Amino acid sequence: MSAWLLAAWYDLRDLSGISREITEWVASWGPEWLASAVSGAIGAIGILAVIGPTLMILIWTERKVIARLQVRYGPNRVGPRGLLQPVADAVKLILKEELVPRAADKWLFFLPPVLVFIPALLVWGVLPFGPHMQVADLNVGVLFLLAVSGTNVLAVFIAGWASNNKYALFGAMRVIAMTISYEIAMVLALLTVVFLTGTMSINGIVLWQQQEDLILIVLLPMTALTFLLGATAELNRTPMDIAEAESEIVAGYHTEYSGMRFGLFYAVELANTLVMSAFMATFFLGGWWLWGLDAWVPSWIILLVKTSLVYFVFIWLRGTLPRLRIDQLMTFCWKLLVPAGLLFVAIAAVERTLLLEYAWDRTIALPVMAVINAAVTVAVIGAYARVTGAGAHRAPAGPRMARGRLGGLRAARQLAQAPSGSD
Amino acid sequence: MAIETPKRVHSEPVVVNIGPQHPSTHGVFRLKATLDGEIVQDVDMLIGYLHRSMEKLAEERTFTQNIPFTDRIDYLAAMSNNLSYCLAVEKLAGIEVPLRGQWLRVLFAELQRIASHAMANGTFVNDCGAWQTPLMYMFREREKILDLFEMTCGARLTTNYMRIGGVAFDPPLELWPALCSLLDEMPDRLEEYAALTVDNEIVLARSKGVGVVSAEAALNASLSGPLLRGSGVPWDLRKADPYCVYDQLDFDIPVGRDGDCYDRFRVRLEEVRQSVRILNQVVERIPGGPWQAEVPLHLRPAAGEAYARIESPRGELGFYVVSDGGPTPWRFHCRAPSLINLSALKEMTVGRSLADAIVTLGSIDIVVGEIDR
Repeated sequence: MSAWLLAAWYDLRDLSGISREITEWVASWGPEWLASAVSGAIGAIGILAVIGPTLMILIWTERKVIARLQVRYGPNRVGPRGLLQPVADAVKLILKEELVPRAADKWLFFLPPVLVFIPALLVWGVLPFGPHMQVADLNVGVLFLLAVSGTNVLAVFIAGWASNNKYALFGAMRVIAMTISYEIAMVLALLTVVFLTGTMSINGIVLWQQQEDLILIVLLPMTALTFLLGATAELNRTPMDIAEAESEIVAGYHTEYSGMRFGLFYAVELANTLVMSAFMATFFLGGWWLWGLDAWVPSWIILLVKTSLVYFVFIWLRGTLPRLRIDQLMTFCWKLLVPAGLLFVAIAAVERTLLLEYAWDRTIALPVMAVINAAVTVAVIGAYARVTGAGAHRAPAGPRMARGRLGGLRAARQLAQAPSGSD
Repeated sequence: MAIETPKRVHSEPVVVNIGPQHPSTHGVFRLKATLDGEIVQDVDMLIGYLHRSMEKLAEERTFTQNIPFTDRIDYLAAMSNNLSYCLAVEKLAGIEVPLRGQWLRVLFAELQRIASHAMANGTFVNDCGAWQTPLMYMFREREKILDLFEMTCGARLTTNYMRIGGVAFDPPLELWPALCSLLDEMPDRLEEYAALTVDNEIVLARSKGVGVVSAEAALNASLSGPLLRGSGVPWDLRKADPYCVYDQLDFDIPVGRDGDCYDRFRVRLEEVRQSVRILNQVVERIPGGPWQAEVPLHLRPAAGEAYARIESPRGELGFYVVSDGGPTPWRFHCRAPSLINLSALKEMTVGRSLADAIVTLGSIDIVVGEIDR
């Protein structure tokens, strides 16, 4: 009995075992291409089966967490604790009429909701859920991730253009300007990781962290921050949601989309947030590995927990921060993230050389490097804050008190000249 | 094959309609903005989408029947509008309001100011791009104030509480403990808002130096309320032309430094603090006695005219009433602060980005019901 339980537990820990057995069984009687196809199909079905329900739960989670941040209850009417709210929303969206503006480019208008879904699903293929649980362990996984997630912009631009709506066009223009800039910062961040770990395979990066017994956020805090901010920009989430800035351009590129087409945009936004959280967890928090715990707990649960943590940060940011202006966002990217990214690429290159060519003792070298990198991070951010004037962090002086001085311009001048200490 | 290339790229500004249905116009206000990329070249303010012909309708109704109209002029500060109109009619008919009535008027006008400023500051940070959070926090206190209104007069938004010659009802006894507990927690709440928004780096980046109006320009445009005070002019009708019992109360007028959106935001926050100070004094000092003067049911003021003005949450709110001796006003006019404050929008926004224009519009704190009437 206990042996059976243990076996079941082992299967749960590494779901790839099931896939392998089916594939081997197919290979035993069928041609080799069929086995590959079956293996791919199992992965694809597995991912689709995971994403659908996860999205439903995510919608509920995000609404609930935001509601708690905003001192209210959030959805609590449909189903127990409002858990069925996403289902109700989806049904509503499906039943709603899908309007197509008369002036829209009809064919292009149909495309974007479909197009945005493709990269959102494709990138899951290279995400390692466990040591063997990965649909495709590409040796250029990082490149694949960047290339595929970058195509999102195209769909968004098509949406903005085809809607023939000025708000949509503004949103699309903002997306392109911002995403391209932040993608550079993100590429530099991932380049730093690749330099240090010496591999472009995403599973390889996790294995490196396992082998060195350290998660990369400790070694590369600035890079992790850059990746997080780049991801925020790419996902159009506050404080960088200028693409769909509600208070300015209504809903940005998807202003004209209604019904389930809007639903698809919305779902993709959440799916992308989830996948970016997962990659953040993989690159910088050790992915499926957690100091040996992964031998006991299913690795995908560890990844899920880490992903949820990062996802919570995204929700937290959304619930807390106002939005920046586009020029402020660009300044932040080009004057801080990109130069800092380049600096850390250089630092990572030096550290890699020291570790490999000069074979420094890793148990001493890595902590020292972590401290140096953290110091450089603090210095870079501090210098940026000093240069832009944000560094002198003190609340600006509040209003003066009129204290009996009333009147028009003369009183205003008198009040302005009064020493601020006296009010 | 030669490819024809245009000699020079032709570009032209885009006209974008912000409103009448837009999340940031706070009603059905339409802003026609001419944009060069993201930069606002020109704004055209188009109003009238919420015009209900209040001023003409009021000429057909008796003086008392007009009070509910004033609720609907500025629906976020119904008490203030009631008060201003009643003051005008009392001035016209020469009615003396009993002392308790005057104190109750101050009490509810100041509660209304807190509620209205909470809304203004919440939507302002919302316009800066925060996703509803500040609004929800500020709504928490606004809800409690609206509960107090409901306790007193049964309505939350369009209160119709003031009467010519006083107020409609004496507040129920359970109002006072609820009010005291609200006043006790207000300082903590204000600290919380300040901690969340006042030093927030993004709020600063978005509102400091945005939508600046100098003191001269503010006076020339006859701005009033937090806009005028934000520009550094110490002008508040509660001090400059005291009505009710404001001359017996101890409070301060906060005045901004630079006249930007951030200053207006800070002035409003500080005014809430001062209102709490006033309310504490009211709770301590409110006298007993009647709360309503004896006013004839069919009020027929002698022929003449009267203008009464108060410091509403949005600025100088005045009602001008002319009587020809009949039961209805011959002319009823409202000097709406939102309309006049809005006139400075063009100066504040041209040459800056669209995002700044939205923040500036949010900082003016318009109520479209008051603009169009």
